[in-house]
Amino acid sequence: MTDIPDRRTVAERVAAATPDGLARKVSGFSDRTIAWLFIGPTIALLLAINIFPLIWAVYLSFTNYAANKLNATVAWVGVRNYSRVLSDPDIWERMQATAHFVVWTIVLEVLLGFGLALLINRQFRGHSFWTTVVLLPMMLSPAVVGTFWKLLFQTQIGPFNYVVSFFTGIPPSSFDMVGSVALAPWSIVIVDAWMWTPYVMLICLAGLRSVPDYIYEAAEVDRASSWRTFWSITLPMVLPFLMLAVLFRAIENFKMFDMVALLTSGGPGSTTELASITLKREAFEKWRTGYSSAFAIILFVTIFGAANIYVKALNAVKNR
Amino acid sequence: MRKLLLSTAAAVVVGAPLVGATGAQAETLTLCWAAWDPANALVELSKDFTAQSGIDMKFEFIPWPNYTDRMQNELNSKGKLCDLVIGDSQWIGGAAENGHYVKLNDFFAKEGISMDSFLPATVYAYSTWPKGSDNYWALPAMGDALGWTYRKDWFARPELQAEFKGKYGRDLAPPKTWDELKQVAEFFQKREIDGKTVYGAAIFTERGSEGITMGVTNALYPYDFKYENPEKPYDMQGYVNSPDAVKGLEAYKAMYDCCTPPGYTNAYMQENLDAFTSGQVAMMMNWFAFFPGLYKNENVGGDKIGFFVNPEEIVKGSTLGGQGISVVAYSDKQDAALQYIKWFAQGDVQAKWWSLGGYSCAKSVLEAPGFADTAPFAADFLVAMGQVKDFWQEPAYAQLLLAMQERVHDYVVANKGTAKEALDLLVGDWTEIFEDEGKL
Repeated sequence: MTDIPDRRTVAERVAAATPDGLARKVSGFSDRTIAWLFIGPTIALLLAINIFPLIWAVYLSFTNYAANKLNATVAWVGVRNYSRVLSDPDIWERMQATAHFVVWTIVLEVLLGFGLALLINRQFRGHSFWTTVVLLPMMLSPAVVGTFWKLLFQTQIGPFNYVVSFFTGIPPSSFDMVGSVALAPWSIVIVDAWMWTPYVMLICLAGLRSVPDYIYEAAEVDRASSWRTFWSITLPMVLPFLMLAVLFRAIENFKMFDMVALLTSGGPGSTTELASITLKREAFEKWRTGYSSAFAIILFVTIFGAANIYVKALNAVKNR
Repeated sequence: MRKLLLSTAAAVVVGAPLVGATGAQAETLTLCWAAWDPANALVELSKDFTAQSGIDMKFEFIPWPNYTDRMQNELNSKGKLCDLVIGDSQWIGGAAENGHYVKLNDFFAKEGISMDSFLPATVYAYSTWPKGSDNYWALPAMGDALGWTYRKDWFARPELQAEFKGKYGRDLAPPKTWDELKQVAEFFQKREIDGKTVYGAAIFTERGSEGITMGVTNALYPYDFKYENPEKPYDMQGYVNSPDAVKGLEAYKAMYDCCTPPGYTNAYMQENLDAFTSGQVAMMMNWFAFFPGLYKNENVGGDKIGFFVNPEEIVKGSTLGGQGISVVAYSDKQDAALQYIKWFAQGDVQAKWWSLGGYSCAKSVLEAPGFADTAPFAADFLVAMGQVKDFWQEPAYAQLLLAMQERVHDYVVANKGTAKEALDLLVGDWTEIFEDEGKL
């Protein structure tokens, strides 16, 4: 005896399974009402913890409000906070430091991550073990990473300087990775690349494994060289994944705080003070709430705008 | 059954006062302070208060680099974590104006606590707002200033004495001026002592909280640095960036460049303590609060350590540290907290406070005959407290402090611009802050 397949829709089956009492109670509601009942709590929560603070921050950015002066009168200052942020040379220095960090970490992470993914994608002995080992750094907390790299970079006892010294012959205590103006911006790039390259690798690996074998087989039949196969098949097929990884890392690194705060505290001087560290200092150390709200809105608009343009480009690549 | 009910009722009647008494005994006060040596001494001292009053003491000690942030957040959010707070001297303007601290004038008058019984410099710095007024917001609790320690055993070595005398024409001794300080530091820099490379001096270079500002001001004050025109408040042009102030800042950078251990770009009190106790440096700048612990240190204490007051240059000057104890306005236990302050202000308690390692500000302790001989650093402490200057204590002090942290760290550690440019930029920052405050 063969089972007769149930050809009803999911909605019909759910309706049939609903107890009569409950069905009677909700029978007066339209589908739209029921949908709102389901999504209402989520929307209320989103409004309360996302949208309202955003609108509130926009309002504060036009005032002289300071969160540590509870008794002070709050005055409307128009666009003064915005003009101060945008005309402050220190803020532009911080933005340059942020851009340096974002660009170089992405370049390194994409190159290394993609390279590692190509290696890991091959079957070899101990493949699973080495994949896990490579993934370890991204499983650590950024605060922990910042703290222990501070020790690794320590001028007198840190192993990093000794390793560099071993390969280059430069005396270990003659350079200071986190204390030198020239090297500190690279120290945060190195640590971020160390920590997040595995993440890019993982996304690239997903991309590589999504390429159907028959395409490579066809290329082989056509006697395409490895180089040609890479440029014509592998890279184009993985490109959307790669672009996604770049988007995630760019957003994350644009708002990087914890690792850098622990590693360099923004120093020496203001050399590695990224935008989010400045934002935190303005908001919760200097208590310039209005000013910092304006800065936060500017950062938000920048990330949001750039991400939108990028997503359009990503869609264009995917639809090719 | 009736018997059981009667006995239960009797137990309730008899037991009720006992429960009440236990309830009174179980009252607990929370005192917030920084996590450092004197805090441990206060825990020991406060056991007497608990024994006398029946009030338990609980302590919240926060590491120095996070202390200001943590406590300012707590006070600004009207938190009830602390009933008593031993707050930094610079907080007092903001805490008074924003209503975080209970004003203590009426309490002092009622309990007969006189501010005349404390060192005037500490009353001015730790208790009053506006400055110079008779409005008291704290009781001077912990006197402190920046001083120096040195390796007495190294200074005493005949071969080093001879070499130093040959080079500089004077004995190798604790320096009296900033010029001498640099010479001594240079003399020790990268010297081999007992087979180990040592360095000249550990100074403050920390950027995140207040470190480098405290260190730099310790150089600026002897170079006659002034925050403002004495005749015209908040007029800083020509004072903050005066030619002498520029020299002071240059002197600090010269010390940093010539004589600190490698990688000394972000060091504050703990890093300096580590450098000194590990035998890495010949001299160390730090707060007097740490000196009792250092004197007891097995590696570098006892006969090996010496202390000296911040060297002078044009004038005498030391950076003020230290704190007053205040009652938090949001506490539900203000009466018990005031009881603690009343107890703490007593002469015998202040004497025990000093003996345990805390720095009393009471005249009964500091002006007692023989005080200078009670510890090897006691005489220097008295001298330092007589020449202290403090940072701005304005409500906007956090902004003022962070602006200075950035400007001086940029110049001293990151080699950005000149000392004059750094101080000019600082005047600009501070002017903008005071304009926002409506004071300019």
